[in-house]
Amino acid sequence: MSDQKLTISTSPFLKDAATTPGIMWKVVFSLLPVVIASSYYFGVGALVTTAVAIISCVLTEWFFSPRSAYSISDGSGVITGILLAMTLPPGFPLWMTFIGGIVAIGMGKTIWGGLGQNIFNPALLGRAFLQAAFPTAITTWNLPDGAFLDVQASQLAMPFMQSQADVVSSATPLAVMKFDKVETNTWDLLTGNIGGSLGETCGILLILAMVYLISVKIIKWQIPVSILLTVGILSLVFYLLDANNYPSPQFMILSGGLLIGAVYMATDLVTSPITPSGLWIYGIGIGILVVLIRLWGGLPEGVMYAILLMNAATPLINRYTAVRTYGYKK
Amino acid sequence: MRSSINFSQFFSGNARRGTFKHGVHPPENKDETNGLPIRQFPFSPLIILPTVQNIGSPSEIVVREGQEVNRGQLLAKATGYMSVPLHSPESGIIRKIKNVPTISGKMVPGIYLEALPSSTQEVMDGTPVELESATREEILQGIQDAGIVGLGGAAFPTHVKLKVPDGKVCEYLMINGIECEPYLTTDHRVMLEQADDIFMGIRYLLKSTGAPKAIIGIEANKLDAAEHLRSNIPEDLPVTVEVVPVKYPQGSEKMLITSVLGREVPSGGLPIDVGVVVANVATTAEIGRLLPHGRGIQERVITITGPGVKKKGNYLVPIGTPLRYVLEQVEAAENISEVYMGGPMMGVAVSNLDISIVKGTSGIVVFTSEDVKRPTKIYPCIKCGACVDACPMTLNPSKLGILAKFESYDLMADEYNLLDCFECGSCSYVCPSHIPLVQYFRLSKSIVRKRIVARKELEYVQ
Repeated sequence: MSDQKLTISTSPFLKDAATTPGIMWKVVFSLLPVVIASSYYFGVGALVTTAVAIISCVLTEWFFSPRSAYSISDGSGVITGILLAMTLPPGFPLWMTFIGGIVAIGMGKTIWGGLGQNIFNPALLGRAFLQAAFPTAITTWNLPDGAFLDVQASQLAMPFMQSQADVVSSATPLAVMKFDKVETNTWDLLTGNIGGSLGETCGILLILAMVYLISVKIIKWQIPVSILLTVGILSLVFYLLDANNYPSPQFMILSGGLLIGAVYMATDLVTSPITPSGLWIYGIGIGILVVLIRLWGGLPEGVMYAILLMNAATPLINRYTAVRTYGYKK
Repeated sequence: MRSSINFSQFFSGNARRGTFKHGVHPPENKDETNGLPIRQFPFSPLIILPTVQNIGSPSEIVVREGQEVNRGQLLAKATGYMSVPLHSPESGIIRKIKNVPTISGKMVPGIYLEALPSSTQEVMDGTPVELESATREEILQGIQDAGIVGLGGAAFPTHVKLKVPDGKVCEYLMINGIECEPYLTTDHRVMLEQADDIFMGIRYLLKSTGAPKAIIGIEANKLDAAEHLRSNIPEDLPVTVEVVPVKYPQGSEKMLITSVLGREVPSGGLPIDVGVVVANVATTAEIGRLLPHGRGIQERVITITGPGVKKKGNYLVPIGTPLRYVLEQVEAAENISEVYMGGPMMGVAVSNLDISIVKGTSGIVVFTSEDVKRPTKIYPCIKCGACVDACPMTLNPSKLGILAKFESYDLMADEYNLLDCFECGSCSYVCPSHIPLVQYFRLSKSIVRKRIVARKELEYVQ
C-alpha cells in the first residue's frame, strides 16, 4: 500500500454510463430499419445512395477537421449521411448526393466549429442546398424500374450531364393532394407503399423509431408530440371547415417528410431548444409553419424549411424561456 | 403532502411537492455496509491532530510537548466565534507540536499524541449542560465547548449554524438523515443504533432554536431507520419522521427543505430565512451524547468501504487516527489507486496517506486500479440538456460550461447565477461528453469571489 500511485481528481468520482458517441450510434441503430425499408421499396439503389451520402459526410468531416479525429468515431457524421440520403428521392444522381454530403457537413457543421456548434441541422441544410441547386432532380420521383438489384440509370448520371434514361415518374401523395386534390389512403401512407423520398414513406417504422428513441431518452418526447399535435389540430380545423379543399389530419401527419422530420431532424439535440417550455414553443412553431407552407405555400412540402426556420429561432427561444433559478423570485 | 401534477408544472418540468426539481440517481452501493453495526476502531499508537478541522478559524494549542493528557482533555481552545476547541481522543503523551499535513495539501499546526498502552482510556467529564436549566445561549456555548462541527462532511461550526439571528423565528428544526452520497451508511447506522442520543440532541436543539417542532428527513432507502425512529419517539417530544424519495442531492439542506416543506431558500440566504434550522442527524446524536456530560468530541462514525477494502464497515474512529493506520487495519488492497474522504459525489481525493481522520470525515471510499475506468476523452457539448435536467438549482450548466471555456466569469455570475451553484456535481455526473462542468464552476466561482473582493477594495480606496 503506497501513496506513490494515488490518482488525484476532483469530485464527482462517479460517472453516468451515457456517452456522446453512444447516443449517436444508438440513433444510427434506430435508423437501420428505415434504411432497410427504403431498399425494400426503392431497390438496392437506395442502399447505394445511403452509402454515398455517408462516405461523403465522413470524408468531408475528416478533410476539414483532420486533427479532431473523434469526429469520425463519434458517429455524428454517419447520422448526417443517413438522414441526408433518407430525404432524397429514389433515382437521385449519386454525384449530386455526394455534393449534398459535402455541403451538409462542410457548411452545416464544420464551418460553425464542428460537433455541437452548428445552428442548423446539417442534413437538412445539405438538402436545402440540393433543392436550390437541382430543383428538377430533387422533385423527380422515379419509381423503381424493375428488379430489386437494378440500380436506376438516373442515379449513375455523370456529373453535370443530363441523364438520358427514360424513367417512369410518379407523384408523391402531397403533390397529388396539392395539385389534384386527391388524398392517398391511410393504409398506404402507414406501410410506405407510396412515392416519396427514400426514408419518409413508411410511417409505421418511423413511429416505432420515435417510441424507441423516446424510451431510451435520446430524443425529448415534447418535440415530436408537439409537432404532430399542432399539425393534427390545425389541419383538423381546416378539414372540418372545408373537407373538399383541405386534407384530413391523418393524411397531413403521415404524408411527406413530417414524421421523419419530427422524429429525426427536429429532435437534433444540437439545434433544438434546451429548456422545458422552449421545446413546446419550438415544436408548435414547426407544426404551424408546416401547415402554412403545405396549405398555402407554393411547395407541396414544407417540413424542411419549417425545421430550419425554427433551428434559427432556437438560441432566442433558449434565452427567453430560461428556467427560473432555485431561490429566485417567481 | 403530495398533490397531483398541475398544468403549468407539466409544461415547465416543475417537480411535484414531496421532492425537489431535477437531481440524479447514481448507483447507491450501500448494501455492503448498511447492515453492519457500528464497531469501535482500534486505537492507533500515534494520533495526529491538525488544528484546522473546521470551516472558520483554527484552534489554538494549550498543551506543551511532553505533557501527559487524559482522554477528553482540552488540547486546543477556540479562537473566536467561528472556531471550536479540540479534545484529546486518547490518553497519552504529547510527543511533538509541529506542522502536520492535511487533505488540502496545506501544512497546519498540529499535535502528535502517543497513546499510553497502560491507560484505561476512560473519558474525562466536564461541566454538564443541564437541559432543564440551561438557557439558549448556554446550550450553544456548550455545543461550541464540545468542539462540535457538522459531521455530514461540511465541518461548519454547529453552534454558528444553530444560532437564530435576532428578528428571525425558527418554525421547524430539520434533522437531516438523508445521506444521499453513494457508499456512505454512517447516518443510517446512527439512526438505527443511537435513537436515544438523537432524541436527546433534538431536545437540546429545540430549546436552543426555540422551534416548536422537529422533522427528521430520511430517504426512502432507509425505511428501517425511519420505522425505528418513528416507533421510539418519546411521547412528550414534538417530532415527526418524513420519508422522501431517493434522489441525489436530496441531502443538501436546500433540497431537503424544498422536499419536506415545499419552501425555497432564497438565493444567497440561509434556511432560517424560510423559518428552518437544519442539523445533521449524527451531529444531533453527538450533541445529545456529549452535552449531558460536558464532554468534547473525540471520535466519530465513519463508513470505510469500496472495492479496495476487505473489512468494510461502519467504525467509531478516534479523531486524528492516521489514514495509513486506518487502511492497514481494514486490510486495504495493495494496488489502491484512489481514496476519497467523504462520498464519491462531493468528497475529496486523497493524495497523501499520512493525513489523519478529522471531524468532518464521514466516509473513506477506496478503489483499486482495476475498479477505476474513467473516461479520458472530452467531447464537445451537444446541447443534449442532460445537465439542465439534472441541476437541482435549475441553473443552465450547459451554457455556464461554454461561458467558462471562454472565461466569461462575470457573465456567468451576473446573467446565469453561477454563485447559486453548490457544487453537487450532478451536471458532471450526467454529461455524456464528459465535460468537467462542476470542476469548471468551482474554479469560476473562486475567480468571481476574488473579483468581488477586489472590486470592494477598489471602492474602499476611492
